[in-house]
Amino acid sequence: MTSPSRFIPALVVLTALLSACPKKPAPAPAPAPVNQDSIAREQARRDSIDRARQAEQASAAERERLARERMAAEQRMVAARAALTAAIYFDLDQSDITGASQATLDAKLPLLNANPGLRLRIAGHTDERGSDEYNLALGQRRAAAAKRYLTQHGIAENRIEIISFGEERPAQQGSDESAWSQNRRDEFEIAAGGDTLTLPQ
Amino acid sequence: MSARLTLALACALAAATPRTAAHAQDTTANQGVRIGLTYDPGTRPGVLVARVPGAVGDSVAAILRRDLDNGDRVTVLADDPLPAGSWNSVNFALLAKLGVAAAIKASITAAGLHVALLDVASGRVTQVRDFPLPVPALSSEWRLALHAASDELERMMVGVRGIAATRIVFVRDGQLWITDSDGAGARAITDRGLALSPAWHPDGRRLAYSAFGDKGTQIVVRDLGTSATRWLAATPGGLNITPTFSPDGATIVYAHGDEAGSDLIAASATDAQPGRRITVGRGSDNVSPSFSPDGRRLAFTSGRSGHPEVYIMDVDGTNAELLTPFNFGDQSYRSNPDWSPDGRVIAFQSQLAGRFQVMTINLRDRSIRQHTSEGTNEDASWAPDGRHLVFTSTRTGTRQLFVLDTETGRARQLTRAGGSRLAAWSRPLAVAR
Repeated sequence: MTSPSRFIPALVVLTALLSACPKKPAPAPAPAPVNQDSIAREQARRDSIDRARQAEQASAAERERLARERMAAEQRMVAARAALTAAIYFDLDQSDITGASQATLDAKLPLLNANPGLRLRIAGHTDERGSDEYNLALGQRRAAAAKRYLTQHGIAENRIEIISFGEERPAQQGSDESAWSQNRRDEFEIAAGGDTLTLPQ
Repeated sequence: MSARLTLALACALAAATPRTAAHAQDTTANQGVRIGLTYDPGTRPGVLVARVPGAVGDSVAAILRRDLDNGDRVTVLADDPLPAGSWNSVNFALLAKLGVAAAIKASITAAGLHVALLDVASGRVTQVRDFPLPVPALSSEWRLALHAASDELERMMVGVRGIAATRIVFVRDGQLWITDSDGAGARAITDRGLALSPAWHPDGRRLAYSAFGDKGTQIVVRDLGTSATRWLAATPGGLNITPTFSPDGATIVYAHGDEAGSDLIAASATDAQPGRRITVGRGSDNVSPSFSPDGRRLAFTSGRSGHPEVYIMDVDGTNAELLTPFNFGDQSYRSNPDWSPDGRVIAFQSQLAGRFQVMTINLRDRSIRQHTSEGTNEDASWAPDGRHLVFTSTRTGTRQLFVLDTETGRARQLTRAGGSRLAAWSRPLAVAR
């Protein structure tokens, strides 16, 4: 059973809030009983304003906390997407997965395992040296090498598609080793199931 | 060379024959090509193409001269040093003394081109021919018909048909382009996208090429007359690149890449039968096939030895052998073979000091010749005469197509816009009647 005394402050707060609104003044307060002490009335009014302010501060803190959490979750999501789409790089004319590339691929595995609906597209690329035509085959071999690594670590074969662009889409322009080393790569793209990601524990 | 000859002629004809400064619209396009060469009268007969009267006469003369010049079998005078109307009293003995062996007198008639071929030694007309020319003048088909006349004149003079009535397809900015053999009339024939590795059907009316799509790269066959395209049905997905037609046009051989490397597939060029795998790469890459002219063998690039080399094999995939010799352990890179139309030589590219150069290997004794050294030079394709090659070169700073005469080493620039590559030279093209 609800005590009526609980209602009074709430009503007062409501009244106070309404009266704080300049455009729409609260309806005229009911005429106070003649026998009520005006000081006590004023005190009650101030108390209710304080309580309203505290409640307001509390909800602001809560909103802030939620925003922080949301941002952290967003950051985790961004990090997860970055891990899923992080490129791997290759040595000249090679399609072997290097040690550094293994770590990059390993970071994708828990995310792929936590999101069975997630599908990846791997695009193999080469640097500008070599035959335009042979480089298409080399890019295909590089994409296939990454796919093979992921499937050997338990990812279903049908969740990964591969494509080669050879030397047609360089990540970096230029004809020196710094550009070439950036262009000998596999790029990873979320092909499906990436709208909401479940993060691994 | 012709400049010297022309100068000598002009001097011989002296003050009575002031040279006109009038040039046809086409005469300037290839000026300067001959600079640095010297005329050797022992090897190539001098040919004089007389001024052609009429509204498009200057263009006709310029095209004939340029075609004969591009054929590299005769020495063409840059223009006609004789004054208009003076041909009736030409001193043939003088022309002969100056190395002119033949003169071509052409005129435009209602039906087309009327040509008289004069033998300078005897001072007589030895041949008269009429070549129909489609209308309108200067159109693409008109030019092709005129190129065919040039080729026939070349055959009449030196016994070998010219290569002017051909076209070259190539890639620029992901689009396919076609140009006449003299660089005129270059035009894009596909929309934006990424098309690569065009190959001519032997009938000259169709092309096959690879095109990027949502599901990988597919082989496309395009009809040049109707612009209709279709996917090669044998290629459902994955990487499908470097198509080439068999000499009879019935088969397309291309490279199909999946997760276990790339292998060559032979498929029907016309119906939807599934293709047949003809290489067993075992995880290596096998691409860029080229048929021998008899259709019985294929040259191709393979990485089966650990790095790309050129191999040849029977079309059924048997008897594969390494064509380009290498020392085990060296990091050579040889690729992109193109079998010459006479079957005797294969052009390919070899990396020297990090840059590709165009090479040929003689199939009889396996002797190798290097044809280029300046810049990167790659993706050579034979002209129908088995003597000229079109290839991509960076010698000017951007990727351009060049044509090389493998006998003299003379090169001419075919394209003027950068980013041109992956050229394929057609067979002689049929002229519209």
